[in-house]
Amino acid sequence: MDTLPLLLGTAWLLPLASFALILLFGSRMGKAGRGAGFVATAAIVAAFVLSATALTVWLSAHPIEAPAGHSSATADSAEHGAAAKENHAADTHASAGETTAAKKIIPPVAGDWYELGAFGTKRITIGYYIDALTIAMFFMVTMVASCIHIYSFGYMHEELSEVTDHQVTLASGQHLHRRGRFHRFYQYLSLFCFSMLGLVIAGNIAMVFVFWELVGICSYFLIGFYIERKSASNAANKAFIVNRVGDFGMIIGLMAVWTGMGTFSFGDYEMKDAQGRETMRPGIFSQARPAGNDFQLQAPDGMVKFAKRDEIAEIVQKSENAADAELQIEKRIDGWRKDGFGYGWLIVAGLGIFCGCVGKSAQFPLHVWLPDAMEGPTPVSALIHAATMVAAGVYLVGRFYPVFTPEVLMVIAYIGCITLFIAATMALVATDIKRVLAFSTVSQLGYMMLALGFGGWLAGIFHLFTHAFFKALLFLCSGSVIHATHTNEMPRMGGLLKKMPYTGITMLIGCLAIAGAGIPWIIGLSGYYSKDFIIAQGLVYQHANPLHGWLFYFSVAGAGMTSFYMFRLWYMTFLGTPRDKHVYDHAHESTPSMLVPLVILAVMSVISGWKVPFTNLELPALLTQAIPSGTEEGAVSNLTKFYIPAEHLSHESGVHFFATGIAFLMALLGFVLATAFYGTKRLDPNDARRTFATLYRIFIHKWYFDEAYQKIFVRPALAISGWIAWLDKNGLDWIADNSARLMGLCARLDDWFDRKFVDRLIDLVAAGTYRLGIRLKALQTGSLRQYVMLLAVGLAALFMIMNFYWNFAMSKM
Amino acid sequence: MELLTQPIGLSHYLVVSALLFVCGVACMATKRNLLGVLMGIELVLSGANLNFVAFGSPYLQSKSLGMDGQMIALFVIVLAAAEAAVALAIALNYYHTHATVDVDKADELKG
Repeated sequence: MDTLPLLLGTAWLLPLASFALILLFGSRMGKAGRGAGFVATAAIVAAFVLSATALTVWLSAHPIEAPAGHSSATADSAEHGAAAKENHAADTHASAGETTAAKKIIPPVAGDWYELGAFGTKRITIGYYIDALTIAMFFMVTMVASCIHIYSFGYMHEELSEVTDHQVTLASGQHLHRRGRFHRFYQYLSLFCFSMLGLVIAGNIAMVFVFWELVGICSYFLIGFYIERKSASNAANKAFIVNRVGDFGMIIGLMAVWTGMGTFSFGDYEMKDAQGRETMRPGIFSQARPAGNDFQLQAPDGMVKFAKRDEIAEIVQKSENAADAELQIEKRIDGWRKDGFGYGWLIVAGLGIFCGCVGKSAQFPLHVWLPDAMEGPTPVSALIHAATMVAAGVYLVGRFYPVFTPEVLMVIAYIGCITLFIAATMALVATDIKRVLAFSTVSQLGYMMLALGFGGWLAGIFHLFTHAFFKALLFLCSGSVIHATHTNEMPRMGGLLKKMPYTGITMLIGCLAIAGAGIPWIIGLSGYYSKDFIIAQGLVYQHANPLHGWLFYFSVAGAGMTSFYMFRLWYMTFLGTPRDKHVYDHAHESTPSMLVPLVILAVMSVISGWKVPFTNLELPALLTQAIPSGTEEGAVSNLTKFYIPAEHLSHESGVHFFATGIAFLMALLGFVLATAFYGTKRLDPNDARRTFATLYRIFIHKWYFDEAYQKIFVRPALAISGWIAWLDKNGLDWIADNSARLMGLCARLDDWFDRKFVDRLIDLVAAGTYRLGIRLKALQTGSLRQYVMLLAVGLAALFMIMNFYWNFAMSKM
Repeated sequence: MELLTQPIGLSHYLVVSALLFVCGVACMATKRNLLGVLMGIELVLSGANLNFVAFGSPYLQSKSLGMDGQMIALFVIVLAAAEAAVALAIALNYYHTHATVDVDKADELKG
């Protein structure tokens, strides 16, 4: 197990090395920087190999057991020994657990590489926290990123030579000519992979935040890759600024964690105490869900004390010594906790962290940046907006899951539900192929958040993985289409299947996967499994909380819409008669370097939900190992009557059977409708548009979010900055100018004084000295005898003076 | 005129050395011949030497300077010899260039 940090740490740092190399020597690598692509691709492929190795190491140490039913009698004792060492209370729980749930706790591999700073008992480190989720994320991110690196060779080849950007018109009326930026593209890709992997491996929330921001800045670079285009630079700014809003909330969450728990570390960590002994100190997860409390969520001591700080100050004042006060506080702290003190801070911490995730994962109301981010090159869209960056938010919710209270989970569910619904409606009417996919991404991210909010940790995270594969596939396919047709508009495409059979077929697989196609209750593509998990969890949730049941109905409606807009996209692009002769004639199948990643991703989209034959190995089972202890039993909200159902309820065959049926029916409905509208043309989309004119207007304007934000935030901000600029120009500048003028005047006065008085004084002294010298020159006659006489007379005079004054001087002493 | 009636002591030596010194200075100030000036210097130095020896003598003073006085006198003699050698060399060169040893003619160092 000791090799895991080494393996993953190397996999994490390889893209950084590639970034540094390309940064320094990029433009000199091969012809026009072509070598930079090879360096970056080599780095990420090597990282993938290391991640795969880490996965095998992990699986050999923690083999996946046969599905529930058999209690894990074969759990080897060495494993238990390690568990006991990692976590003092783990074995007590394990012994209790074997009688009840037979759930084996797999301790994460956590530790620190480097200590950045220590302040008493608090410290900030660069560390790692490796569990099944980390390893699976590494595997997925490096794999998708490898595909995208290879794909970009074909897609970005124009950047190898001089580029004429037809979307930028200069003042002279000509199009912009510029040097190719092939190496810069790969440079950013490398930095991006490094940031994402760092975020995943991070051992503490502060480190997560650092890489969180790095991911943000990389997305800024990549979205604004065609920086000369006004729309691209605006989109980059928008993505960055909207993310800042979310990050502000995250900083509040970080402060709550730091104040209330005194650490940023996820796992327990060793630290020297005042006496110099190594002691284990609890990390965030152990504090929020202590093993002593059977891993149930409770407000950490620090938060309780913070909430009761006035009373504590009183106790300290009254008691004689510190130890006594400590004892009294210890005695009362459990009572306070029972009364609910400190719980509010736990909610603040959870909501704050989730706020960051809302920004990064493009959730309502901060989803507006993602569709605009399609201005970047398509491989970037695939990387950032399908597999990694937006996944970071969902990943963090999954990682921080043990700390979220039921109330926070309810907020997450509501946000997720709203996001999934409005984004799906926008996707129904969009005509830009990449925008449809962008809205679809937002919608699917909403699904994941919804699942997590439902208490379905596994459902949400599993969907994150399957979605990463098929959304990357869909984006790369759309990139292939755009590359061939030089347009994003679907109304100008059509009938491309004949011209681009590979792209068409792989994209169809992607559509089937995202729609959740399969033979019900028997087998299906990856989306079929993950969507079933979510629907099943929703079903259980709706059963437990009838009041919040509409969340479930919306998620079911979303499943239907997903299927509809994906097939609408596919039909419009690949089937029917060509709508634009010019585009159709110039379309061609892409190069093999673009097609190979498509095939790989298509295969992954199909099989990532399946079990590896003859083993128990499957993705959900692997992820099950990482389910945070104590969360699988569900929870009850203390503030409102509200239940988070246990996840295993959703796996019961009755629920699952029903959920599969619903999901499949909805997908089928969407497919049939799409076929009727766009495939067989039995129905006319224009009729539907006219019938639902109001709805159509709302959807095509993206629910007027951009307009509203424009009115509420952007305009006032611009107006205020306009006023400030005016004030600056007319007020501050005037003051600055005049003070400068005054200064100049003072300086001139000073100069005059200097010349007229100070300089003249010095000149006078010099002249006087000179004249004195001229006078004294006469004494130097050169006559030796005169000198001797002067000496003798001087000596005599000296003696005489001394004779006179000697006694006088002595008497004074 | 007490000195004349007293036995020879420190004061007598000092008187003699002062006389020698004044003679030397007078010689330096009046002689136009360079060699004469050098002789004056020697007189001044021997006057000073006499002073040192007198102060250093254990016979004249119970608490004398001890051997230091004699040692300094020896040093002065040696230095005087060296100085005389240098001075004579200067005199020779001066004679070579000016064909005279008159110090009044040697005023090229005037300011």
